[in-house]
Amino acid sequence: MSAPDRGGHGPERESAAQPAPPKIRLRGLRKAFGSKQVLDGVDLDVRARHSMVILGGSGSGKSVTIKCILGLITPDEGLVEVDGQDVSKLSRRDRAAIMDRTGMLFQNGALFDSLPVWENVTFKLLAQKRVTRTAARDVAAEALAQVGLAASVGDLSPSELSGGMQKRVALARAIAAKPDIVFFDEPTTGLDPIMGAVIDGLIVDVVERLGATAFSITHDMASARRIGDDAAMIHKGRIVWNGAADSLGHTGNAMVDQFANGEREGPIQMELRK
Amino acid sequence: MTATLDFVAFIGRAVLAALRVVGEVSLFAIEALSHLLRPPFFWRQFTRHFVEVAYFSLPVVALTALFTGMVLALQSYVGFARFNAESAIASVVVLSVTRELGPVLAGLMVAGRIGAAMAAEIGTMRVTDQVDALTTLSTDPMKYLVAPRLVAATLAMPLLVVVADVLGVMGGYLIGTLKLGFVAETYIVNSWSVLEPMDVISGLVKAAVFGFVIALMGCWCGYASKGGAQGVGQATTRAVVSASILILALDYALTAAFFS
Ligand SMILES: Nc1ncnc2c1ncn2[C@@H]1O[C@H](COP(=O)(O)OP(=O)(O)O)[C@@H](O)[C@H]1O
Ligand SMILES: [Mg+2]
Repeated sequence: MSAPDRGGHGPERESAAQPAPPKIRLRGLRKAFGSKQVLDGVDLDVRARHSMVILGGSGSGKSVTIKCILGLITPDEGLVEVDGQDVSKLSRRDRAAIMDRTGMLFQNGALFDSLPVWENVTFKLLAQKRVTRTAARDVAAEALAQVGLAASVGDLSPSELSGGMQKRVALARAIAAKPDIVFFDEPTTGLDPIMGAVIDGLIVDVVERLGATAFSITHDMASARRIGDDAAMIHKGRIVWNGAADSLGHTGNAMVDQFANGEREGPIQMELRK
Repeated sequence: MTATLDFVAFIGRAVLAALRVVGEVSLFAIEALSHLLRPPFFWRQFTRHFVEVAYFSLPVVALTALFTGMVLALQSYVGFARFNAESAIASVVVLSVTRELGPVLAGLMVAGRIGAAMAAEIGTMRVTDQVDALTTLSTDPMKYLVAPRLVAATLAMPLLVVVADVLGVMGGYLIGTLKLGFVAETYIVNSWSVLEPMDVISGLVKAAVFGFVIALMGCWCGYASKGGAQGVGQATTRAVVSASILILALDYALTAAFFS
C-alpha cells in the first residue's frame, strides 16, 4: 500500500539513515469541530522504536491528534498509517489487532471508577485472557510497584487516590500489556518534579526494554528532553517544527525556542481574548 | 404566505430530526444486540446490572404497586357503589393491575431509577474518556457497557412486575376486606375466577419491552452525551423523559395488539 506522495510537503527529516518505514505516518490530517479547525494538515513521521514528543500550547490539538491515530476520532481528511497500513481501510479485526498492541495514557487518566485499581491495571490482560482473575492481582501488584505504588493500592477505588496516584495507575494500566506502540498524553502533568522524573525514567525504560515506539505529549521541557529522541511542535493545527529533542531551547526556530524557554514575547501570540 | 411556508418548513425540519433520532437509536440497538451473537459476553457486568434492576428496585416498585392496588379498590368502591356493583371491585383491581398498572407503573419507576443511573454512568464515562479507554484496552464499549445492560433490564423487569402484580392485588384485597367489609374468600374467588393467563402474560411481555426501552434510552443518551457535567445532566433528563414517553406510547400499542 503506497501513500500519495506529497514530496516536500511535510517536515520530513533526512531519511538516509533510516531505511525502516516509520511506525506512524500522518499526512494532511485535518479535523474541525463545528467551525473550529483544530487540525489543519498535520504531517508527521514517528520512527519505530523511538520516542517522539509533541509540544504545543493548550488547545492546539495534541490530544485530538492522538485520538485520530487511535481511531477514536475520525479525521475529516488525511492519512493515518500505522506500520505502513492505512488504518481507515482496515477491517474491524485488523484495527482491533493494532489496538491489542497499543497502550494509551489519557490526559485525565480515564480510570474506570466502577472497578478497583488492580482490575483497572490488568483490564487489557483480562480482556485478552492473558491472565486469570486470580493471577491478575499479582500481576497488578508488580505493575503498580513499577510506578512506585504499594500493592495495597490495588484494592482501592480510583476515586480514593490523589491526582498524582491516579496518573501513575493510568500509566501502569497503559503499559501493563507490554504494548508495541504507546501514547502518553501529558504523563507528568500534575506530578511533583521528583515523581515526574521517575515517570519519565519509566517511559524511557518502556521504550528501551519493550522495544516500543512512544508518542508523548508534554508541556515540560525538562521532561521532553528526557523522554524524547525526536520532538515536534504543533501550532494552529500544523506541525511547525520537527527535530531532535536535545536541541529544544536552542533550535533556531523562534516559535519553538519561545515555547521551550517560556517567553511572553515572540512569534506565538497567546490568544487571551477572542 | 411566507409565514405558512416557514411553518411548513419548521414542521418538516422537526419531522426529519425526529426520524434521524429514531434511525440513530435503532442502529445503536441493532449494533448492541449484534454483540450478543459474538462472544465474549460480560457476565460480571450483566449480573451487576441485573441485581441493580431486579433487586434494588424492589422496594420502590413494591410500594408503588401496593398503594396503587389500595387506591384502585377505594376509588372503584366509591364509583361502583352507585350501581350496586361492589363485587366487580375484585376483578377491576386484578385486571387493571396485571394488564396495565403493574407493568406501566413499574416501568415508570424503573425508568426514573435505572434509566437515569445508566445515562449518568455512561455519560460520565464518555466525558471523562473512559469509553475511549475501553477501546484502547481491547474491549468494545458497546459489548461491555450496552449489551449487558440491555439484557439485564429486559430480563429483570418481568420479575419485578410479577412482584408488582402480587402486591397490587394484595393492596386491593387489604382495602376490600379491612375497610370495605368484603368477605376474604369471596374477594379471592372473585379475583381468581376473572383472571386469564393472557392478562398476566401480556403484562410480562410489556414489562420486558419496557425494560429494554429503559436500558436502551439510558445507554444511548449516556453514550451521546458531551460537554462535561452539564451534558451528563441533560443526558440523564433526556433518558428518563424519553423512556417514560416511550413506555406510555408502547403500552398503548401493545394493548391494542394483545386485546383487539
Ligand atoms: N470531542 C470534541 N468536540 C468538540 N471539540 C473538541 C473535541 N475534542 C477537542 N475539541 C476541541 O479541540 C481543541 C483541541 O483540543 P485538544 O486536542 O484536547 O487540545 P490539547 O492540545 O490541549 O490536547 C480544543 O479547542 C477543544 O475544545
Ligand atoms: Mg490535551
